[in-house]
Amino acid sequence: MTTQTTGTITPAASRRFRPARRGAQASPGRSGRRSPLPVKLSVLFVCALWIVPTLGVVITSFRTVDAANSSGWWSLLAHPGGLADLTTGNYSKAIEQADLGSAFFNSVAITLPAVFVPLLIAAFAAYAFTFMRFKGRDALFIVIVSLLVVPNYVAFVPIIKLYSDVNLNGTFPAAWLAHIGFGMSLAVYILRNYMATLPKDVVESAKIDGASHFQTFYRLILPMSAPALASFAIFQFLWVWNDLLVALVFVGPGDKQPITIATNNLFGQQGTGWELVTAGGLFSMLVPILVFLTLQRYFVRGLTSGAVKG
Amino acid sequence: MVSQVLSTVLTVLAGVAAALVVYWVLNKLAEALPGPWENRIKPYFYVAPAVAAIGVYLVYPTIITVINSFKNSDGSRFVGVENFVKLLQTPAFRQTLLNTLLWIAIVPAACIVVGLFVATLADRLSFRAEKAAKTIIFMPMAISAVGSATVWRFMYAAQPAGQPQTGLLNGIVTAFGHDPVPWLQQSTLHSNSLLLMVMLLWGQAGFAMVLLSAAIKGVPAETLEAARLDGAGEMRIFWRVILPQIRGTVITVFVTVLITVMKVFDVIYVTTNGAFNTNVVGLEFFNQLYTNYNYGYASAIVVMLLIAIVPIMIYQIRHFRAEEPA
Repeated sequence: MTTQTTGTITPAASRRFRPARRGAQASPGRSGRRSPLPVKLSVLFVCALWIVPTLGVVITSFRTVDAANSSGWWSLLAHPGGLADLTTGNYSKAIEQADLGSAFFNSVAITLPAVFVPLLIAAFAAYAFTFMRFKGRDALFIVIVSLLVVPNYVAFVPIIKLYSDVNLNGTFPAAWLAHIGFGMSLAVYILRNYMATLPKDVVESAKIDGASHFQTFYRLILPMSAPALASFAIFQFLWVWNDLLVALVFVGPGDKQPITIATNNLFGQQGTGWELVTAGGLFSMLVPILVFLTLQRYFVRGLTSGAVKG
Repeated sequence: MVSQVLSTVLTVLAGVAAALVVYWVLNKLAEALPGPWENRIKPYFYVAPAVAAIGVYLVYPTIITVINSFKNSDGSRFVGVENFVKLLQTPAFRQTLLNTLLWIAIVPAACIVVGLFVATLADRLSFRAEKAAKTIIFMPMAISAVGSATVWRFMYAAQPAGQPQTGLLNGIVTAFGHDPVPWLQQSTLHSNSLLLMVMLLWGQAGFAMVLLSAAIKGVPAETLEAARLDGAGEMRIFWRVILPQIRGTVITVFVTVLITVMKVFDVIYVTTNGAFNTNVVGLEFFNQLYTNYNYGYASAIVVMLLIAIVPIMIYQIRHFRAEEPA
């Protein structure tokens, strides 16, 4: 969630986790024993702790202003009679009044290029780092590895000045380029580590068949790297979509603002009721949660193969 | 709205197409070169855009930021180490540093503890129960700080005494007949900072859990069986057999969360904005930049952050070198 990091990654991770692909029997807990009750209860307890806060916002988002102000959201659990009064009105009101609809599309416009362009750029670089020989290759890659942990804060002042020279501040490309730059070292790192696990003879035989590097990359390596591409895409997507800081600095509030800024503005406005804040907040979470739930498998695979963005 | 959708789609396509064209042209250029030069130059063409992006957005700014940190607020003249000295002399900034240290001391460790707890226990549940539990713990990772601030309002909110409470914590407190507590304003013993840390923990614990869980499943079953045959209890097995074998992953998770915490900004920005002594370095940087327009101070804060990150960087490179087959 609160990720503006270019994260740390332990290269070891990919290797370390590979043995995990064993049957469930290998798992410490599954040596043919049934799970004891205390274990079940403990897990249930932690899960409840994790869900309760979210429950509050979900329930409140469907309550009327009066109901939300006159009793806590949990009272609805005790008196289910109030269920009849629930409404979706808050959502339509929030989307209209706070102009969240437009902010939503701004988020889409900022996020998609900021995900796909670095993916392509990084894939080319990763291909060269993995399958081509050139002077300074290893040194250059070490530099990229070390830059993984440099906080993007360093870039703000210099890049604002750079942008103002070319009138880029407050535009979509300002955000795209920033996200491309900030995500690049991680992207190259993840993709190169993945490509290094692909069989080298595939490239060799393609070369013998007369394929150029461009063709080999495009026809063979890119499709074969799909899992790594997917996991970086999900990272970058969640990062950019949920980003507040880069958007505040390079896009700013206004007609280009993404949904994080728009929702945050709802907090600040005096007299904005709970109902709008909750509906707005949930609206902003909708896409990342959907993406997360549908692509969780790739996300987890990416994490466990060492693709960690702090 | 329709035009916005259309232009969105078009920009995405144009962006990706432009990137592809750049590579196609670079590739053609390389192929036009005579014989050996083609293969000598082509790799550089392939890595150039990525290296340029990293150079412009990380390397160049780092150099400028280090220089700026020795300049005055608008960068017009050099002032030596004055920014650092003045910042460190300000009591407020020292409090900010102290708060950040508290975050660093508590959050990464707490993430490991919660992550290990859930990963170890969920591993003993049925497959479906394990998956459900993990999804629940993991999901907040998809929620932005703005979203999580919305969520946690319904835990921490305080209404004046006598009025119905909308925050669960005060709902509980008042149910026991006490006065409601404005939680995020309680700076005694940094308790409000602790409540904000809970928000970050809520988001990051799932990440820790996923990595640790994968590591635990990778522990060879033979070692566990051997320990069981020797009569070791489950607790002992966890401490003596499992934990030593997943040490590497624990460190990875710790370092990753550590870096997140060192730069934590948005959780605090969207809740207290640093008031009631909850300020941290990341937020102070933002405020020096945007509220005070003091580029010198802002740069000096980033440089301090960089210095703190150097050991992690060295660790990172060493680790990479050790893992890379020569």
